[in-house]
Amino acid sequence: MILLGSTFDKLQKEAIRNQVIDEVNQGALKFENSDERSSYINNQIQFKSKISGLDQGSLNPSIIIHRVISVMTFDLGKSNFFTTDYGSSNVRDIIFEKVPKTLLLFTTATICAFVIGIFLGTYVAGKEGSWWDKSNSIFAIFSNSFPSWWIAMLMILIFAFALHIFPARATPLSSPSDPTYVLDLLYHMALPLITLIIVSFGGVAYIVRYFLINILNEDFIHAKRTMGISRRKILYSHALRNAGPPIATAVGLALAASFGGAIILEAVFDWPGMGKLYYDAIGQFDVPIIIGLTFISTVIFLVTIFITDISYTLLDPRMKGN
Amino acid sequence: MQKKLFLGLLRSRRGIVGVSIIGFLLLLSAVAPLIIPIESYFLWNDPDYWINNPKTAAPSWTNFFGPKEFEHVSLDRNDAKVISKSSEGIRVDNYRFEINMQADSFPDDIMFLYSAKYGDIPPVLQIDINRPDNNTFTVYYSSLPTSSNTNTTFSDRIFSTNENIKEALTQYQSLFNYSISGLEPQVVIFSDTNKPNVLKGVYQISEKFFLFDNYSSVEDAGLILGGKVFGIMGTDDLRRDLAVGIIWGIPIALFIGLTVSIFSIAIGLVYGVVAGYRGKRTDESMMRVNDIFYALPTLPLLILLSITFGRSIFLIIGFLLIFSWMGTAKVIRSIALQTRNFQYVEAAKLMGQSDLKVIFKHIIPQLLPLTFASIAIAVPAAILTEAALSFIGLGDPSLPTWGQMLHDANTADAASRGIWWWIVPPGLMIALTGLAFFLIGNTLDSIANPLRNRNKRA
Repeated sequence: MILLGSTFDKLQKEAIRNQVIDEVNQGALKFENSDERSSYINNQIQFKSKISGLDQGSLNPSIIIHRVISVMTFDLGKSNFFTTDYGSSNVRDIIFEKVPKTLLLFTTATICAFVIGIFLGTYVAGKEGSWWDKSNSIFAIFSNSFPSWWIAMLMILIFAFALHIFPARATPLSSPSDPTYVLDLLYHMALPLITLIIVSFGGVAYIVRYFLINILNEDFIHAKRTMGISRRKILYSHALRNAGPPIATAVGLALAASFGGAIILEAVFDWPGMGKLYYDAIGQFDVPIIIGLTFISTVIFLVTIFITDISYTLLDPRMKGN
Repeated sequence: MQKKLFLGLLRSRRGIVGVSIIGFLLLLSAVAPLIIPIESYFLWNDPDYWINNPKTAAPSWTNFFGPKEFEHVSLDRNDAKVISKSSEGIRVDNYRFEINMQADSFPDDIMFLYSAKYGDIPPVLQIDINRPDNNTFTVYYSSLPTSSNTNTTFSDRIFSTNENIKEALTQYQSLFNYSISGLEPQVVIFSDTNKPNVLKGVYQISEKFFLFDNYSSVEDAGLILGGKVFGIMGTDDLRRDLAVGIIWGIPIALFIGLTVSIFSIAIGLVYGVVAGYRGKRTDESMMRVNDIFYALPTLPLLILLSITFGRSIFLIIGFLLIFSWMGTAKVIRSIALQTRNFQYVEAAKLMGQSDLKVIFKHIIPQLLPLTFASIAIAVPAAILTEAALSFIGLGDPSLPTWGQMLHDANTADAASRGIWWWIVPPGLMIALTGLAFFLIGNTLDSIANPLRNRNKRA
């Protein structure tokens, strides 16, 4: 917040200026000439700045607290360029309209990537050193080296331009009140979803494999094997259960880190979520929207980390005693 | 130890692949100023600089696979055959260009360039095209614009969309078996008269300047036929040669990647060693600070920072540093925790050496091999994050980076228009550079990391 002091000052001054000019334009005030009008406007601006404490500088504690509260309640005024589907230009309305779409895409993709990753990782851990194992590791390295948004562009190139299977723009064409809207939305969501899964499941599988192989070298696994328990059962129930907590943490952190990538990916696919709004707001330099979006994505990020921590406690029986 | 590290690097296959990729990239960026004009770096975003290139042309090697598309032709006065004649006080300067047309498709456009110096009486320009079927089309006959002051050089270009050219071509309708009324001039000029196809063969295009006084002269004449294929990597919507952008992107990416990783690892190293060596409360509080930085979402905050402070390359490097030192700090700290109990460290302490001296003289040198590995591993992340920032439109606007090229491609909807040559190479370069550093780092790490070696033994 302290960092943003001067930006906020500028924003607030701008807002006050617009407000004053609006009042003058709509009010019944009459002026002799343009000089008188502009001097009146300037006086009003100075007066209002004083009331809102702008002249005390951005480091004044009360102003900082006020601003923190205004960011947390999304009281960020009006956007200059964007409106909601229903025509509101309030920053809060705009952001809250977009967040569900992002969450829909991101959580669906995360769950899919998680499930695929765990099964694939467990499978290759059971066949350490095999062709499957090696190609999985290589795939993971590659999916970490390529920018996910670049993969997204390639996907559009292949599936939308060359093969015409999916639409290139993921914004649904029908309106939300349409009965076919859900189908339309799912059809448009397919390509971003597939891309998000492709770029993240390799990493998940790699993490799962890494922890499982460490567990598989432990003595109790060897003991179980000598007891005659089948390899498959050891792998899927005993080893996976024990590797659960660290896997949950590592995968959770990795997926939380991929949230930024998912945001950019939205911009590529034109998926009408936060990422697209971010991209457009940066292009138009719409600062209130950017601040609001940064705040909400920070919240989403922290919630993801929090869920990761909680799942650690749930998965690890040793933590239950506390 | 250091020597063993680098020998180990060159002994492993992954290491050699990584080192040779980096070597190749370094070589390319070293020779770049010699093989491509240096202005192209500074004028990357200046549309005027690229005006002689074709718009959105595919790489020329695509001609090997599909129908032979017209390859871009750009000729200046050195390529022309100049014939100067004068009679009755009128001098005629004739610049004749030869085009060997072998493609299956027409050029995108034609541009006639000229630059002339004249006084009150403007010269007249006549453009004749002598076709392989021995027809000669006079496509343009008009005087140059009158100038108010004498002895100034006037430069301009006549586009094939020019109304005069369109009108001039209508008089040749009788030669054609089919209607040419709706066709573009560049199509009519290169068409067979019997069927609407390209007439292959040698075309002679002459720009004749009729000069009416002695101090008039032609300074330059040129001809550009806009192609559908150009160079080894094609061009983008703004006519920029993508090969040039790709090559200039290399030193920038290496600079960003290496600077960010070296400094962030150095910060992490010192931070981790101090925390691990001092232990107790210092360690505890320093690690909590580390946790706080870990819990920050990188990209949204980077966006906010560059919106607030600016977008110069050095600022971006600074922002990236803020979010990239924590991992190293954590690893180094756990190693330093063990190191501080080693006997030589205790001996140094007993000799009365200060903490600072112990850290810098005895602990950090032991950690250097691991540090080299971490530096190499940290490069890809730095390059990727910078590319992401450029991609969303917050990169340094004055530099041709790969992220910026992809940003332009995305803004121009290159993917849904199928302009693959604008999308594939920059992304591949980002990945290739990242991959090379990853391979090097991975190899160094497997030699130097005590934690990893312990796991292997277990």
